[in-house]
Amino acid sequence: MEWREEGLLIAMRPHGETAAIIEVFTRGHGRHAGVVRGGASRRMAAHLQPGTQVMADWHARLGEHIGTFTIEPLKSRAHVLGDRLALAGLSAVCALLHTTLPERAPCPALWLATMPLMDALGETDWASAYLRWELRLLEELGYGLDLSSCAVTGATEGLAFVSPRTGRAVTQAGAGDWAEKLFPLPEGMAGQGPLAPQAVVQGLAITGHFLTRELVETHHGRPLPEARGRLLDLLARAG
Amino acid sequence: MADDAGIEGLIELMARLPGLGPRSARRAVLMLLKKRGQLMAPLAQAMAQVALTAKDCHICGNIGTADLCPICADPARANGEVCVVEDVADLWALERAGVFRGRYHVLGGLLSALDAVGPEELGIPRLARRVTDEGLREVILALNATVDGQTTAHYIADALAPTGVQLSSLAQGVPVGGELDYLDDGTLGAALRARRRV
Repeated sequence: MEWREEGLLIAMRPHGETAAIIEVFTRGHGRHAGVVRGGASRRMAAHLQPGTQVMADWHARLGEHIGTFTIEPLKSRAHVLGDRLALAGLSAVCALLHTTLPERAPCPALWLATMPLMDALGETDWASAYLRWELRLLEELGYGLDLSSCAVTGATEGLAFVSPRTGRAVTQAGAGDWAEKLFPLPEGMAGQGPLAPQAVVQGLAITGHFLTRELVETHHGRPLPEARGRLLDLLARAG
Repeated sequence: MADDAGIEGLIELMARLPGLGPRSARRAVLMLLKKRGQLMAPLAQAMAQVALTAKDCHICGNIGTADLCPICADPARANGEVCVVEDVADLWALERAGVFRGRYHVLGGLLSALDAVGPEELGIPRLARRVTDEGLREVILALNATVDGQTTAHYIADALAPTGVQLSSLAQGVPVGGELDYLDDGTLGAALRARRRV
C-alpha cells in the first residue's frame, strides 16, 4: 500500500528516541497518521512543525498498518511564530482537525477551505476567514448551520438569531418569546464579507456550542482543544 | 544470555536509559561487572545517594540535592534577570555555555494544543509571583522556536505584562557554523527579519 499526496502537518509526537508519529491532513486521505523514521532528529524538527505544508509519501505492507511517511517540506509557516494571534489560529486549526475529524476519511471540501486559511493567517481579516472555516468544519461533521432563511417564517431577510438546537437562523418575529434562549446572529456572519472583531467572537461562541455538542456525541464528551480557547481569549481581548 | 536473574534485571533497567538498547545495555553491564571494584560499586553508591537526596529546587525547579539549587543559593546571581526554560536540560545547556549569569525558571513542559497541558501545570503563576517577590528587572524567554514553545512564550508574555517587567526572547536565525544552503525556509526567514546593521 502506498500513496503520495500534498498535506498539512497537524500533529507530531516523538516515537522512541529517533522517530516521530505525525498526522497529516490531506485532500484524498483525510487525517492520516504514520511514522517518520528519524523524525526526532534536529534536521527534521523544523519541518515537522504543525502547520507545515508537506508532500507526503505513505507506505505500509497492509492498509490497516500505521505505515511510514517520507516527508518533503513544501511551505513553512514559521513566519507566524512571532504573531501571537496568528499562531493561536494555526494551533486552533491543527488541534480542531486532530480532535474532530475521523481518521482516513477524505474531506476534499474542508481541505480546499483549510489551505487558503493557513495562507491567510496573520493577514488582514483572517479572523473572519477562521470563523467561516469553523462553519465549514461543522458542515463536514454533519452539523452545518443553515443561515439562509428563518426556520419559523421562511423569511430570508432580517435574520437575527440562531437556534442552539437546530442550528437554523430565526428572525426577530419568528423568535417571539424564545429570543432569550437563542444565540444572537452576528452581523455579516451569514454573508461572505469581513466581520467586526466582536462579531467574530460572537460567531465563535455559536460554532463552539455546536462543536462541543459534536464532541459530546461522537467523541465521548471530549472537550474542545485548549488551543481554540486560547484563540477565543486573544480575539476577545483584541476586540 | 546471562542466566542470573539479577544481572538480567539490571540489563533490562539499563536498556530503558536514553541512548541504550538491549545490546548496548548488555555491553555496559558486562563492563560494569568486569570492573566491579573500580566502577560498579562507586556508581551504585553514588546513584543510591543521589536517589535519596535529589529534589526539585522550590524556587526555580532545577534539580539538586538541597532545598535550594546552587544557582538560587548564590547571591551573586540575584542580578534581577531570570531566564525561563522548558526543561532542566535547557538550563544545563545554558550553564555549560557560561553566557548567562542570572537565575532560571524551569517550566517542566510547554503549553500543548493536543495534550491539554495548562498554565497551572507549568508553574506560570509561580513565575508571576517571583517577578513581584524578587523585584525582577528582566525575564528572558529561552523557549524552543516551535509552535508549542512560542505559544508558551506568548502566553507568559501576556501573563507577565501587568507586572511591567521587561520581557525578551532569544533571537532566531543562522546558527554558528551554519550554511545558508542547508537551512530550512523558516530559519532563513527569521534570520532575514532579524538582520542587523554591520
